[in-house]
Amino acid sequence: MLNLTRVDWLIMLLYFVFVLGIGFALKRYMKTSKDFFQAGRALPAWICGLAFISANLGAQEVIGMGASGAKYGLETAHFYGIGAIPAMIFVGIFMMPFYYGSKARSVPEFLRMRFDEKTRALNACSFAVMTVFSSGISMYAMARLIQALHVFDGLFRAVGWNPDGIFTFSICLSALIVLLYIFLGGLTSAIYNEVLQFFLIIAGFLPLVLIGLRNIGGWSGLKASVPVAYMHEWKGVAHASTNPMGIEIIGLGMGLGFVLGSGYWCTDFLVIQTAMASKNMESARRVPLIAAVPKMVFPFLVILPGLLAIGLPTPHTRTVVSTVNGAIIHETTVERPEVEAGRGLVPAKINPVTGKAMLDTNGNALLDYDMATPNMLLHFFPTGILGLGLTALLASFMSGMAGNVTAFNTVFTYDLYQSYIHKNASDRHYMAVGRWATVGGILLSIGTAYAAINFNNIMDTLQLVFSFVNAPLFATFLLGMFWKRATGHAAFSGLIAGTATAMLHHGLTLPLLAHPGIHGGWLAVLHRYPSDMAMNFWTAIFAFSANFVVTVVVSYCTKARPEAELVGLVHSLTPKPVRAHIAWWKRPEALAVGVLLGAVGLNIFFY
Amino acid sequence: MSLDLRIPMGLMFTLLGVILSAFGLATKDRPGFYAQSLGIDVNLWWGLVLLAFGLTMYLLGRREQKRLAKLPPEPVVEGEVRRGH
Repeated sequence: MLNLTRVDWLIMLLYFVFVLGIGFALKRYMKTSKDFFQAGRALPAWICGLAFISANLGAQEVIGMGASGAKYGLETAHFYGIGAIPAMIFVGIFMMPFYYGSKARSVPEFLRMRFDEKTRALNACSFAVMTVFSSGISMYAMARLIQALHVFDGLFRAVGWNPDGIFTFSICLSALIVLLYIFLGGLTSAIYNEVLQFFLIIAGFLPLVLIGLRNIGGWSGLKASVPVAYMHEWKGVAHASTNPMGIEIIGLGMGLGFVLGSGYWCTDFLVIQTAMASKNMESARRVPLIAAVPKMVFPFLVILPGLLAIGLPTPHTRTVVSTVNGAIIHETTVERPEVEAGRGLVPAKINPVTGKAMLDTNGNALLDYDMATPNMLLHFFPTGILGLGLTALLASFMSGMAGNVTAFNTVFTYDLYQSYIHKNASDRHYMAVGRWATVGGILLSIGTAYAAINFNNIMDTLQLVFSFVNAPLFATFLLGMFWKRATGHAAFSGLIAGTATAMLHHGLTLPLLAHPGIHGGWLAVLHRYPSDMAMNFWTAIFAFSANFVVTVVVSYCTKARPEAELVGLVHSLTPKPVRAHIAWWKRPEALAVGVLLGAVGLNIFFY
Repeated sequence: MSLDLRIPMGLMFTLLGVILSAFGLATKDRPGFYAQSLGIDVNLWWGLVLLAFGLTMYLLGRREQKRLAKLPPEPVVEGEVRRGH
């Protein structure tokens, strides 16, 4: 049972005061819609860089990566090594010149400049839905976690409220805080708080990893207590049956590295918006590269807690018999059934009706991997630093939500409202609309949070959504930026074909041990993948390929745009920027090479 | 943007550090209090780390603010296009 004392509450309160304080302090700088939606395009590169990875550091990262660490082992680090770093280098070096240089205010707006109105409308709509969905998932996960950890139980008892209200209370509290600081300070406020949260995550999780490693006997102790395959990133990856994730090298490299990773880091306005807020082109290009540096060491902070949780001994109800002054004393430590049926510190999933552990088709207990990281916090942290750890966890959920909300209000205001509902209004009007779009976006997220999801792992759910919407998207941007012949009709039909293919593939295949339904196979089961992760990757590969092929074919059938209109939007038609005044080691390219070498080094180390 | 993030952030971590290390000092000798964290007084040690980090951030932010205050209004860099109104 969680016992929070006054110190823990004080730490949590201190964080909330600063978060809101930053919002209030920034309010007076919000003069134009550019200040509100684009942070005035005046932020230093390091702040944007830390916000760039922090925007993604929500539920899917901290809880999801811990869960994947417990489920799949160190192979999870591929989400960083292959999934993120190369894509971040690519977007910084090759794509940022077009995003930043085109002066587009959002990613859908770039699509309108490069292709046409309908491509933008399609992208803006699907993106708006996706951000609301993500932030809803984030909220739901947070409320569920607060419930499971009994964070507010003591508070509710003290005030005399019904503990059933904790779910709603958690959702409303987080929604209100995020709403307030974005309403006041716009994107700047969201970015500043994302940076704050970045350091808070390190402050909360670094001591956890250090203590956990010490307890298990250091690196060698960890190696000895988990299956061999869990400690290797690459070994066994050549064939699906020899690695925990059940993915072979092609699915991994293409699916994660090329399609899902790039689709996310290179096209998702959620992260791109932070780079577009920086003060000049060189800074904007440096933002993803700066972000890649901490991204390389983040596996230690977010994956290791999950891996340690699986490796530690499972607590069992035990009775210690001792004799004190002739009297025999039985001291019994009772563990709850979900803990006993679990593995390490990862509890089993309990059927709420029967009170028994849920089993998969092979009769093994289904583990609640999402509890791996939170249980580590409870296991190792005494009161005081426990408050810090929980605050870090809450902060990560809130900033994940905040990134989605600012992306939503920008896309809604510029790409939907200004384009299709009310053209030529005053700047003040659009800023007000942006503020109210923030309120609307948060209300919609709350709605999504209540429409809860029954999935084993948040990460898998999000990857599924991304593979429907984002995976085909990267082909559109790739062709749009590097092939001047690509046309608007082609981009539009390519996107439709890509998403349709993704859904079709999902409907026709199913992971092993899963029942047809939300996991796939709702049309017919033509093929079974070894794991849902493998299936997600292949869904993405099919969606990307369909989009690529359809866009190329339709481009040749339709009329190309005159080259003069595409200057600054397509690589071959854009003059190279003059950078002679910058020392070679300060250039983004030099930073990119350094990051790449570091990433390769880490992959070799964890082979 | 004239609000340097390092100042509020430095303040926050300084305060966090003070709270944690003071609490750590007060609970240092309580038997069994740090059994969970393997007998290490994490509050004290981690509090000191956060305190050092917070102070560094705060001082860096203040130094930058003073430097900016001394400078004449920002000169326009040659060749750079001025945006905005």
